Amino acid sequence: MVAKTYSKRPKHLNLLKIKQPFPAVISIIHRITGVLLFFPGIPILLCILQDFLGSQESFDHLQENLRNPLIVLILLLPLWFFFHHVCAGIRHLALDQHMGVELQQARTSAYLVFIMGIMLTALTGWLLW
Amino acid sequence: MVKQSKLAVTGAHYGLKDWLVQRITAILMVLYLALMIVVILATGPYQDYVAWKNLFHQQWVRFATLIFFIGLFWHAWIGLRNVLMDYVHATAVRLMLQILAIVSLLFYTVWTADILWNTGN
Repeated sequence: MVAKTYSKRPKHLNLLKIKQPFPAVISIIHRITGVLLFFPGIPILLCILQDFLGSQESFDHLQENLRNPLIVLILLLPLWFFFHHVCAGIRHLALDQHMGVELQQARTSAYLVFIMGIMLTALTGWLLW
Repeated sequence: MVKQSKLAVTGAHYGLKDWLVQRITAILMVLYLALMIVVILATGPYQDYVAWKNLFHQQWVRFATLIFFIGLFWHAWIGLRNVLMDYVHATAVRLMLQILAIVSLLFYTVWTADILWNTGN
C-alpha cells in the first residue's frame, strides 16, 4: 500500500504543476518586481524626477499627466511593484533577525505583505487621484 | 578514519558583504523616504513648482537624494547580479548583461547628480 502511494509521486519538478505555498509566491513576486524596478523602473523614475525638477513647463506637463485618470491607473502597477517589494523586503529583514520563522507566522506575514502592498498602492492612487 | 582538514570551511566572503550591503542600502532607502515624507508634511504644502524647486535646491536634500539613489543603484546591482547568476548560465551572455547593468548604473549615477545640481537653475 505504501509503495503504491509512493509510486504515484511526481518524478520531476514541474514548476507549473506544483502548488506553491504562499510565502514562495510572495518571494518570487519580490524577485520579479525587483528586476522590473531595475528596468524599466529606474530610467522611468529618473525621467519623472527630471521633469519634476526641470522647469515650470516640464512640471506643469507632469501635473497635467497626473490629472489623467488613465495615466494614474497605469501608474498603479509600478506603484504596486514598489510597495510589494518594500513590504516583502521588510519581511526579509525580520526573517534575518529570526523573527517570524515559524511556519504559521511566516505564512501570516506573507499574507500581510500581500495585503499591505495592495493597500499602500490603493492609498497612493487615492492621494494622486 | 577521516582526517580533519585544518582549513576553515568558508566561502570567499564576498557573498556576505553583498548580503549586508543589500540590507544596509534597503534600510537607508526606507529611512530617506520616511525622512522626506516627514519633511514634506512638516514644511508643506508643496503645491507649485517653485516650492518643490526650493526644497530640492537645499544642499542637504541634494546630498540625501544622491545618497538614496546611489544606495538604490548598489542595491539594484546586487539583486540583478544574483538573478543573473541564478538564471543565465551561459557565461558570455551573463557577462554581457552584467556589463550592460554596470554601465547603465554608472550612467544613472551621473544623470542623477546632473538632475539634482543642474536642472531648474
